[in-house]
Amino acid sequence: MATLENKLEIIQPPLPPGPLKWVKENLFSGFFNTLMTIVLFPVISITLFLVLKWVFLGADWRAVTQFPMLYTVGQYPRDQIWRVGIVLSSILLFLGISWGKWGGLLRTISFTAGLVFIIMALLPVQHPQLTLGMRSYLGSNALIILVGYFIGRIKAVKDIYIVIGWLLIPFFGIVLLAGIGNSSILPSVPTTLWGGLLVTFLLAAGGIFLSFPLGVALALGRRSSLPVVSAFSTIFIEMIRGVPLVTILFMFSIILALFLPPESRIDRLVRALMAVTVFSAAYTAENVRGGLQAVPLGQIEAAKALGMGNLKTKIFIELPQALRAVLPSIVGQFISLFKDTTLVVIIGINDFLGIGRSIINSDPEFVQLRMEVYIFMALVYWVFSYFMSLASRRLEAAMGLSDTL
Amino acid sequence: MTNDHPAVRSKTNIPFYRDERILQIFAQVVSTVVIIGILIWAIINFFRAAEARNMTLTFGFLKDSAGFPISNPPIAYEPVMSTGRAFLVGLVNTLMVSGLGIVFAVILGTLIALARLSSNWLLSRIALIYIEFHRNIPLLVLLFIWYFVVFGMVPPVQESIIWPGPTFVNKRGVYLSWPRLTETGSIFMISIAIGLLLATIAYSMLRKRRKITGKETYYIPASLGLLIISFIVGWLLSGGTPFQIDSPYLDGFNYQGGLRLTPEFAGMFISLSMYTGAFIAEVIRGGIQAVDRGQIEAARAVGLSPLQVLSLVIMPQALRIIIPPMISQFLNLTKNSSLALAIGFQEVFSVGKIAINQAGRAVPVFAMIMITYLSLSLLTSFILNIYNRRIQFVLR
Repeated sequence: MATLENKLEIIQPPLPPGPLKWVKENLFSGFFNTLMTIVLFPVISITLFLVLKWVFLGADWRAVTQFPMLYTVGQYPRDQIWRVGIVLSSILLFLGISWGKWGGLLRTISFTAGLVFIIMALLPVQHPQLTLGMRSYLGSNALIILVGYFIGRIKAVKDIYIVIGWLLIPFFGIVLLAGIGNSSILPSVPTTLWGGLLVTFLLAAGGIFLSFPLGVALALGRRSSLPVVSAFSTIFIEMIRGVPLVTILFMFSIILALFLPPESRIDRLVRALMAVTVFSAAYTAENVRGGLQAVPLGQIEAAKALGMGNLKTKIFIELPQALRAVLPSIVGQFISLFKDTTLVVIIGINDFLGIGRSIINSDPEFVQLRMEVYIFMALVYWVFSYFMSLASRRLEAAMGLSDTL
Repeated sequence: MTNDHPAVRSKTNIPFYRDERILQIFAQVVSTVVIIGILIWAIINFFRAAEARNMTLTFGFLKDSAGFPISNPPIAYEPVMSTGRAFLVGLVNTLMVSGLGIVFAVILGTLIALARLSSNWLLSRIALIYIEFHRNIPLLVLLFIWYFVVFGMVPPVQESIIWPGPTFVNKRGVYLSWPRLTETGSIFMISIAIGLLLATIAYSMLRKRRKITGKETYYIPASLGLLIISFIVGWLLSGGTPFQIDSPYLDGFNYQGGLRLTPEFAGMFISLSMYTGAFIAEVIRGGIQAVDRGQIEAARAVGLSPLQVLSLVIMPQALRIIIPPMISQFLNLTKNSSLALAIGFQEVFSVGKIAINQAGRAVPVFAMIMITYLSLSLLTSFILNIYNRRIQFVLR
């Protein structure tokens, strides 16, 4: 028995190094390493100290904290603000339902969102815009996610209902936000009043929602055996990819109107959305094309042998495999789409960055506080895109893609 | 009668709507009609609008005087000069900022990639923080931080920050001391150029001979020697003064002389190279890590020095992976230089934007902008693809 125990000990994996050993291996393993640590440690400590001192004592965050509403919804009429609230809550409800149904990554997202809302509701600060009503709305959003979770657990709620719900939300949301004509319940709110995070998310989500199918279609078009379709798709993709996004934005905001009948008026925000969509679609198309090329020919031949038609082969055999393989790069593309929405500032749309700029320029006092405002902006963009990339890594790991790509 | 055989009959009786050949032709015709139809419709609309608004469709305006000023043009420019000239100024600005940006982004990216791969935990964390920070914020925000915040904080001319050099930093820009060619400087440059040519020829010839015969031909010392000789000869021929350091000096309310980087140029250039540097660092790190560890261990085992391992084993293999994504980063940087519009640095796009505002030239000006960027993209990827193909070919 003794020998057996010995053997068991031998096959145990090595213990993780203790803290002292870790320090020795990672900070003092050689002459240069030690020298580097000795030089860097004080530099980092001093920098960190100065930054923290500035954040908590030196900086004046008034220009950031004074206008939470302006940063989130821009000039959206304050008496109509409940519409934005309903759209947000319904998205959260569906997030909760999806969590209840599918779990996994959605659980983490739901938890994070719920936690953020609870923290916002309980912020221990006095703020004129953080009224009791606002606090209870924020708090109830966390509850809505939980309610959604229990709805999602109900067996009768089928997957397809949730998918349809997600597809309907954008239309429902746009109608609610934009309003219908002169009705008294939903007076129309011109998009010039929309702003802040609302516009940023609208452009990003709308761009993702619309550019994905367009991108897939362009990728299929480029690989099509029909010369006209393939040539058109190729020219389209390469033209868009060859010029900067600013050019596309200006094209849609200035040039497009010249090629449409004079009486047609397309909303400014819609034009920006079109530009972002077209731009992102060209890049998505190239990503998808890479995935399509990676699908083994045998798969397609097998589908043909089973008597599947051209369209069926594409939809059921080629695309699922291609999209699965290129999921990480598509998510990466969406993250850069989110960052690229800031460019609409240049054509005069007040997205999150635009609101920050107009707050700075609204008051000479705030011009002095621009550092705080821009650092706040950078932080907000950073948090969103960093967590998007974190989520995409988790998704890759869950799909078993992290090794192959 | 033979046609009644079931096999033959089924072949001839495929309905036309399921015959793939017919379907293909049909789809072809439909797509052509739809695409051409939309184009014609758009063009008709356009001509109507052009007539109503009295727009030009020709490029004749390029010869007209531009009429708008460009601050700090890199080449001689006055508002009375032609619009074409204004475009050229914009193009030079674009090329300057993206060319310099690419060089610095690569240097920065390499340094950060090496720091990221360092065995020192602190250094590698700093590099990671740098990369994660820059990859997750929009370039425009970074540009605003550099231009409005950092360059907004520098003192006015009278209280310039003085760095060694002497370099002066103030609201009007960064003034660097810069070597300028004297009258005899061109002789020096020609001499260096000849030396460089000879050194390249000697390097490739001697190296080739070494590869064929296996005998040491000292190709590195030989070519370096040629370069040094050309340098000395040029120096002597130019009378010892090929360059003169041109230092900025305060003249009244402004600095004169030296090399002036405007805040717009500096802001654009710094944010472009820092932003792209983070992406390039990841590209390089990925390429280096993709090299099989066994390769490195084998190279060490046969007794190569760390430097030799890096230059003969790691880099040649890593470059193959690095080059293609690097090309797309260079293209991104060039295209991103159009953001300069937001801070008033006048490159191609900003100049075009001003030209559009002048009566009805939108379409030709836009065509010019797009063609410029498209040809820049195509040219860059063409040149780098040739280089890429060479590298891939040599190694396989």
